[in-house]
Amino acid sequence: MNVHTQTSHTPAEDALIQAFAERAGALPGDAAVTAKREEAAELLKRGLPTRRMEAWHYTDLRRLLSKVPGFDASASAASVEPLLQGSAILPVLNGAAEKRETPEGVAVATVADRLADGSLAQLMGYDGFDDTVSAVNSALASDGFTLDIPAGVQVTTPIELQNVQAGGQVHTRFAVSVGEKAKATIVERQTGSGEALVSSISNLEVGDDADVVWLIVQEQPEGTSHLGRINITIGARANVTLFVMNAGGKLVRQEIRVVAQGVDSQFRLRGVNMLAGETHCDVTMVLDHAAPNTISTETFRNVVTDRAQGVFQGQIRVARDAQKTDAKMACNTLLLSDEGGFSSKPELEIFADDVACGHGATVTEIEADHLFYLMARGIDEKTARGLLVKAFIAEVIEELESEPIVEALEAKLDAWFSEHG
Amino acid sequence: MLEIKNLHARIAEDGTEILRGIDLTVKPGEVAAIMGPNGSGKSTLSYVLAGRDDYEVTEGDILYNGQSILEMDPAERAASGIFLAFQYPMEIPGVATMEFLKVAMNAQRKARGEEELKIPDLMKRVRSAADTLDMDMAMLKRPVNVGFSGGEKKRAEILQMKLLQPKLCVLDETDSGLDIDALKIVADGVNALRSPDRAIVVITHYQRLLDYIVPDTVHVLYRGRVATSGDKDLAIELEKNGYTGIVGEAA
Repeated sequence: MNVHTQTSHTPAEDALIQAFAERAGALPGDAAVTAKREEAAELLKRGLPTRRMEAWHYTDLRRLLSKVPGFDASASAASVEPLLQGSAILPVLNGAAEKRETPEGVAVATVADRLADGSLAQLMGYDGFDDTVSAVNSALASDGFTLDIPAGVQVTTPIELQNVQAGGQVHTRFAVSVGEKAKATIVERQTGSGEALVSSISNLEVGDDADVVWLIVQEQPEGTSHLGRINITIGARANVTLFVMNAGGKLVRQEIRVVAQGVDSQFRLRGVNMLAGETHCDVTMVLDHAAPNTISTETFRNVVTDRAQGVFQGQIRVARDAQKTDAKMACNTLLLSDEGGFSSKPELEIFADDVACGHGATVTEIEADHLFYLMARGIDEKTARGLLVKAFIAEVIEELESEPIVEALEAKLDAWFSEHG
Repeated sequence: MLEIKNLHARIAEDGTEILRGIDLTVKPGEVAAIMGPNGSGKSTLSYVLAGRDDYEVTEGDILYNGQSILEMDPAERAASGIFLAFQYPMEIPGVATMEFLKVAMNAQRKARGEEELKIPDLMKRVRSAADTLDMDMAMLKRPVNVGFSGGEKKRAEILQMKLLQPKLCVLDETDSGLDIDALKIVADGVNALRSPDRAIVVITHYQRLLDYIVPDTVHVLYRGRVATSGDKDLAIELEKNGYTGIVGEAA
């Protein structure tokens, strides 16, 4: 891979470098963590990635990240109502974890404490020169939560990790480990009220025979740039469902890095991108089928209106001995405006010979026949369009089966449509 | 109730003229049958009445209760009481049938200044209408028309008609794809809606349906015009002798 070193920095690059210079001394971490931070900061000094870097081809970060605000220590953020009623909330408010009561049997610690004692050092750092999101976060991460769900523990209360910004910069980290035969539902909320640069990385380690549902709901205000990433490893016979909803932000990059490393494991990714205004939203997934007999399905549905731009990059790699892999990827977009756009780039890299892998992408408009049928029953055009767009998105949400989750996400849909529909 | 005057319409996309001067009057309480060979403009007429924008009216007018409807969009026409039972009802994935019925009924009630229906009241109405059409409520849990057989779709159209209680019903080839038992059920459903203040226009290719929905008037469409009109005996004559005699006369 080429390393592009920019000869002169953009204001955003300067702001990141300066942020590290100012903040480094105050950020938590032992010697190992500090070394990782410095290494990450070195990468940032080479400049942000441009479209010449393949992973960033559709999201020229150097051009799109036009402004990086400074830290605002005085800003205060409050936790928000949970997505699912009765959830245990673990809030990170303007970059600082606030300790709360946690569900029985789950061990919780703050990331600040675990960086200070060095026990999270191995999660810091970046993976290749195009791993800018990890580099930004590793250099500047201040706090977050780690959760340890021991083997056999079935957590019935949903756990909601909240990353709430109040403007400025927020760099947060979550790390969740789910033991063998354990079960949990985790909601990751990315929201706030200010104009901010947010980076947030979640690590999810799923043990053998475990069962995890993880929902990312990103609703940043329209002046905020959001760099998100989730790293998942899946054990044998484990089931993981990841749901991603992007419904806000000015510049959004959500990276999904999954390794199906145990035999007979199942990974299900469902996502909806609801893009309006000037949003540029990029979801980039890399999934490794690293063990035999693993199944994965990935479905994204996107609605694009105004001048919004969307990107989905989905790369599925099947290792030589990952025979009987079954992977199906689909990305369907409903384009509601001539000025909006969506780019979809599926990639399959298959080194095994007995696999079933497929992908498909479509970009469509609302079907005139469907619209006429609804209107012929007295439903006005705006409502009829709303019903059809919502139906397109809701089909993916309904695949999540759980009634409280489906209802909560559909309520988010309704809220989005009443604002942008 | 319905006055169609010298109506000319063409396909918007390529300008092909389909309707070439239709004159037709339907009174309140009347059941009018429109027959005619393939390609005579029957379905086009039904779409133009409902306001589908694939067709352009180039001349003439459609008056409904004395008012022109040409400037009204399909939703406004439906809210004013015009209902088209589709020849090929659309399947709409993702839109739940009950939700669709609720939104449609309430949209029309709202347009007429009536109060919205509450869920229990709605359910009661739907259940009772479904019963008379021998429809399983389980079907209505599916998205609109998705996975319905041809006959089920036609019943679902009549179900909507019963629930929306329109003033002018236009049934486009409602008999196609129905076996004889389903045909009777659907015809009973339509007959139950006959009333002195409601007009029904039945578009059909075959006389068979008219044994069950007996029309007051029969009009034969040929090349985009009404070639001849008569009473129910005209339909029986057509069934016996075919269209050639009639269209020969008109041509």
